[in-house]
Amino acid sequence: MVTLPLGTARRRSLPHGLVSLGRIAAFLFRAPPSAFGLVVLALLILMAAFAPLLATHDPYVQDLQSTLQPPSGAHFFGTDELGRDIYSRIVHGSRITLTIIFVVSIVVGPIGLFIGTVAGYYGGRVDTVLMRLTDIFLSFPSLILSLAFVAALGPSLNNAIIAISLTAWPPIARLARAETMTFRSADYIAAARLQGASSARIIWKSIVPMCLPSVLIRLTLNMATVILTAAGLGFLGLGAQPPLPEWGAMIATGRRYMIDSWWLVTFPGVAILLVSLAFNLLGDGLRDALDPKQINKR
Amino acid sequence: MKPVSVKNLSITLGAAQILPDVSFDVAAGECFGLVGESGSGKSTVLRCASMLWSIWDGEVRIGDQSVRDMDVMERCRTLQMVFQDPYGSLHPRQSVRTVLSEPLAIHGLDNRQDRMKAALSDVGLPSEFLDRFPHQMSGGQRQRVAIARALILEPDVLFLDEPTSALDVSVQAEILNLLARLRQEKGFTYIMVSHDLAVVDHMCERFAVMQSGRIVEVLDRDDIVANRAKEPYARELIGASLAYEQVV
Repeated sequence: MVTLPLGTARRRSLPHGLVSLGRIAAFLFRAPPSAFGLVVLALLILMAAFAPLLATHDPYVQDLQSTLQPPSGAHFFGTDELGRDIYSRIVHGSRITLTIIFVVSIVVGPIGLFIGTVAGYYGGRVDTVLMRLTDIFLSFPSLILSLAFVAALGPSLNNAIIAISLTAWPPIARLARAETMTFRSADYIAAARLQGASSARIIWKSIVPMCLPSVLIRLTLNMATVILTAAGLGFLGLGAQPPLPEWGAMIATGRRYMIDSWWLVTFPGVAILLVSLAFNLLGDGLRDALDPKQINKR
Repeated sequence: MKPVSVKNLSITLGAAQILPDVSFDVAAGECFGLVGESGSGKSTVLRCASMLWSIWDGEVRIGDQSVRDMDVMERCRTLQMVFQDPYGSLHPRQSVRTVLSEPLAIHGLDNRQDRMKAALSDVGLPSEFLDRFPHQMSGGQRQRVAIARALILEPDVLFLDEPTSALDVSVQAEILNLLARLRQEKGFTYIMVSHDLAVVDHMCERFAVMQSGRIVEVLDRDDIVANRAKEPYARELIGASLAYEQVV
């Protein structure tokens, strides 16, 4: 008897979520910039999913007979100094980029949301301790902190991801705290307390859903920074290690041949530019789409 | 049915005394009003007595137990509150079903579906409203849902914090009649905050006039029309209200 109402509740709430997701997508497609962001992101995901099918060559196989070939029919984006096909490397590199974005968001979103909502809801001493901790992380330039971290742990893709996560959560915690403080004295929180809800339950059921839209927007806007930081770390040799086809590392190795072979740095650079631009535009679009003042009208 | 007694309720923050000293008794099943101008401490009394704020001195008893000593779960099932603004007291992203099932889940009650339907029908809403969100309802319907939320734990005492002041006049009458009917059916004890003497006259047997954190005078309903208040401030307040009614 008890499980029955729960089951129906779940079944009914799922279509509601799907419907609102569809509405948001429709809204994003109506504005050209956010539509561009969405399309580029979709292409990136498709590219990563079907990388072995889309790539014309093996990204790791060297062909010393045809090094530094300009773009042609055989090699769409040319070849690098070891004769590897740049197009195939970019296609496979999208997997690395997506992994970094995905893992960083998975780590950073919940941490920032947790620290922010807890600090905002409890206030007082808890707030002071958590926010000073956040301030310490915020006071380091993020690239410098990740550099120091990667240098300490040793250069690798995983350490780069940890380092980026370490520097990316404080702005999200700040945002979640500010949002929480506007809700915590609302009557519906008081009502939940009068019903005996624990603080954890109030934070999870009442406050997190209210903070989620702005945190999602912030995360999307952060993606561009994450991509650039990852590329920067790769460029400095502290991120993905050769022969991994990471876009930043590809630019770093191509730098030496840049004057004669422009395609070595141009195509990975354009890929980084397009993806980070797409995330910025998508974030801007999401901000409009998730605006609480407009969401009820659609 | 449980009586409520408030004794020497006071709030002091540092050197500032925010609520000097409030005492009154409410009989079991009575509707007791708290009236006064804005900032006179009416809502504060309710927030202290419901333990939403815990930094106060004095004693509030419901039945024979002090609200401070009650277990949280027991307190929740003894007293509930209906808030002033139905636009702010319902979570904007929770459906009526979530709003009503949360307290049931917290208290581990069974027969949830039946209880939710019963609570909705008590406040005169069809059970289809379970799947509505606050933005899909009118102000009066929202306030009915807020009342249903207060009812669902079957409390003995309801605190009403200006339950109709955010509503349209015609809807106000509906909600007041609903509250009066619920008190008859279920034997609630009400403590009702209002600045509208007409509402107090309609609902409450007795009421206290508050001014800057003090209870100036406790009066019967019948004292309103004749303005039999002894204290000058209470007489002034009632006189102003009567004069306003005559103009309207």
